[in-house]
Amino acid sequence: MARPESPFQIGIQRFGLGAGPASRERLGPDIRAALLDEIRPESARIQGEGLPTTARGIQIVTQIEDKRRMEREARRQVAQQAPATPAIGEDAPGAMAAAGMQSNPPANPPPDPEAVRLRDVLHVDVKARIDHGLAAPAGFAERWVLFWSNHFCIALRRGQLMQGVAGPYEREAIRPHVFGRFADLLVAVETHPAMLHYLDQRQSIGPNSPAGQRRRRGLNENLAREILELHTLGVGGGYNQADVTAFARALTGWSITGFEENIDGYGAFVFAPNRHEPGPQQVLGRAYGQDGKEKGLAILRDLARHPSTARFLATKIARHFVADSPPPALVAALEAEFRKSDGDLAALARALVTHPESLVAPPAKIRTPYEFLLASLRATGAPADRIPALANALNLMGQPLWNPPGPNGFPDDEASLVAPKAIKTRLEFALQVARPLGGRIDPRELAEVLLGEALSTETRQAIARAETRPQGLALLLMAPEFQRR
Amino acid sequence: MDARYCEAMPLSRRGLLGAGLSFFAWAHMPKVASAASARDPRFLTIILRGAMDGLSAVAPVADPDYAALREGMALTREGESAGLPLDGFFVLHPSMKTFARLYAEKKGLVIHAAATPYRERSHFDGQDVLETGLPGVGKVETGWLNRALLALPKGERLPQLGALGVGISTPLVLRGSAPVMGWAPQRLAETNDDLARRVLDLYTHRDPALARALKAGLTADDLARGGAAMASGGGDPGMMARAATGAARLMMKEEGPRVAVLSFDGWDTHANQGGVRGRLADLLGGLDGAFAAFEREFGEAWKETAILVITEFGRTARINGTEGSDHGTATVAFLVGGAVRGGRILADWPGLKMPQLHEGRDLRATTDLRAVIKGVLAGHLGLSPAVLGETIFPGSALVKPVPDLVI
Repeated sequence: MARPESPFQIGIQRFGLGAGPASRERLGPDIRAALLDEIRPESARIQGEGLPTTARGIQIVTQIEDKRRMEREARRQVAQQAPATPAIGEDAPGAMAAAGMQSNPPANPPPDPEAVRLRDVLHVDVKARIDHGLAAPAGFAERWVLFWSNHFCIALRRGQLMQGVAGPYEREAIRPHVFGRFADLLVAVETHPAMLHYLDQRQSIGPNSPAGQRRRRGLNENLAREILELHTLGVGGGYNQADVTAFARALTGWSITGFEENIDGYGAFVFAPNRHEPGPQQVLGRAYGQDGKEKGLAILRDLARHPSTARFLATKIARHFVADSPPPALVAALEAEFRKSDGDLAALARALVTHPESLVAPPAKIRTPYEFLLASLRATGAPADRIPALANALNLMGQPLWNPPGPNGFPDDEASLVAPKAIKTRLEFALQVARPLGGRIDPRELAEVLLGEALSTETRQAIARAETRPQGLALLLMAPEFQRR
Repeated sequence: MDARYCEAMPLSRRGLLGAGLSFFAWAHMPKVASAASARDPRFLTIILRGAMDGLSAVAPVADPDYAALREGMALTREGESAGLPLDGFFVLHPSMKTFARLYAEKKGLVIHAAATPYRERSHFDGQDVLETGLPGVGKVETGWLNRALLALPKGERLPQLGALGVGISTPLVLRGSAPVMGWAPQRLAETNDDLARRVLDLYTHRDPALARALKAGLTADDLARGGAAMASGGGDPGMMARAATGAARLMMKEEGPRVAVLSFDGWDTHANQGGVRGRLADLLGGLDGAFAAFEREFGEAWKETAILVITEFGRTARINGTEGSDHGTATVAFLVGGAVRGGRILADWPGLKMPQLHEGRDLRATTDLRAVIKGVLAGHLGLSPAVLGETIFPGSALVKPVPDLVI
């Protein structure tokens, strides 16, 4: 029985977050139309009650750190006083007993309640993000967000502060702009406190600025270099070390309130004129003489419409969504659209899903761990109520949320993802999802509904021959047709 | 409530029970109990998922065709492959020493050549029929054991104490509106060697890159554990005794459940099933360990205990080309416990000659498994044949309960 659903399955897996049992009915037969329908700014936004702003996130983290510091200080003072007490002599018995109590903490101290709270700050956002992904009709808008969030990644490993700002960063800097202009997305990202902190921009001081002269500190090139190498032009995009340094000078003074300045609250972008390197800068052959922060902004806007940026982004998008070696025609079409529309990301998204090569089988990519997690939950309807467990599963599968190994983000190519430990861990996750569902789902029916014509004879047989329904369900989640997109 | 037994369950009905055993302890309960008889029976159902090979568990060594069908793995009366003696016609698998002793003490009963009415060979559908109690595959969301609890007189203590489902999710046989609580030994969720083998097999046929990665990942795991887990296949024999011990301790609490279901995976022995030793031997040894654990933990209550062991169907009479057996029809059921009238084998033996086999390949069913279950429910819990034939096993009025299974 030949069925025409194959493009549906490819479309919803390659560009969406995967089908649920009711997806075909809900989205209709035309998967392209369903994907296009999500190209709206509101599809990318998360607006949830109780989600912190960046300022609030930084404030919470700072308060927790302050409290800990005071407690550490108090403990140190007690510890320092303790050995001195017996020397006083007179009232020794009581004092020694007290000192003895202090110097022998219990072998297993109770968990630090503040540590739990810090994680909770982050998990509120993790839950909002996962829920948003589960609620999405096809999930293209969310996949588009995930791409840009990884392109402009920050990492929790950069310090406590990131726990408070990782979520707000994505909601404030990425999501509102993914269907807008690339230039606006770029500016929103590079001026966000999370990025300024992550790539050390707030430590960068112009050597000839008042602050630089006074404090004998200088330039930090990290942000400037990564903007050129990872965010816009790409390696080989036509810049040299002199461009990096000049751009870094132009960015001096870009910082965050509430740290060095301690002015009006926490966590907003601030331009600190006393750290800004004076004078014009020459970047990519063009002179920038604007005042203050305008200099850096002007460079960013030019980078956003640079031909190298168009080529770099077109290639990266096609690689991420379609194939490690994407069809050249698709890359060319995306590049042309980016330039023609002056970086209109909605137009770029439309060009991606409507291109003739975009729904061609067979699937060439493997789902990332996060995509696999969401697809598994969407397919089975398993509840996403145990956020710590899901976050842990992502850690073990090799994609800790908002914590990539470097500023180049998580890899999405076959060689990186198809690794022994990672695939073995996917198996464990599949079982973890399938077991609690018990016999409530018939994996044979679900496989037909989710995969349609793409369901292979071997997978159908393996599922039907499974020893139990949960085992069959785990097999479905592990099947190549489910793992690949 | 002991915190060890309190595991948060994601499903609402089980979540309710997460509140603890005291949920069942209504104020008037002890009075009802004292007003009733002093009897306090325990009833357990163990489901062996994957289709347990009855011809290996209880081997018909005196059947002239048996040895040839099971060449290389057949049990014998004597020698290296000797089984444990039962009645002269059958021997018991040597891994089941506890059951052999209980059989000798007349506390272990074997029912052979039994099957549900299901005659296809899908595990899912077979387990559905086994657990719903329907004559065939159908969409019923309640199990026969839950309906049995509902059918007991409302004032009785046993149904009010609720039932226990051991495992991550409630088995179908126990689903329904009678109260059910869940408990799982922690290791239960980690046994996935059999799944790994199946996924690897699928990858080998469909996706070489994923196959290479998974194989390497499994090998590393295996080395870390210092064993050959992949070779041994599914199941976790040691887990069965752990699950039994935990379940028994819950069932020994004053307000604990008196009815429980355990399900053990891993019985789908298509390859390298083994004979005296091997994969199936390990599983049968694990099951035997569960019997021992129940006997030990129940203590005095053992004499009022009946444990029913059932599986969705049997396996092919002849071994296949990979030293295993494929999905079949009739198989063995065990009934064990202090309340069982044991020391017997109930079998209307159909024979193993080609024309005697179901569809020329499987042990033919001569006993309807429903008759056995009905016999236990009637004898141990006091359910009437009429209720058993209508609501517990719908449409089975003609399938008479086997009498005298329990004391």
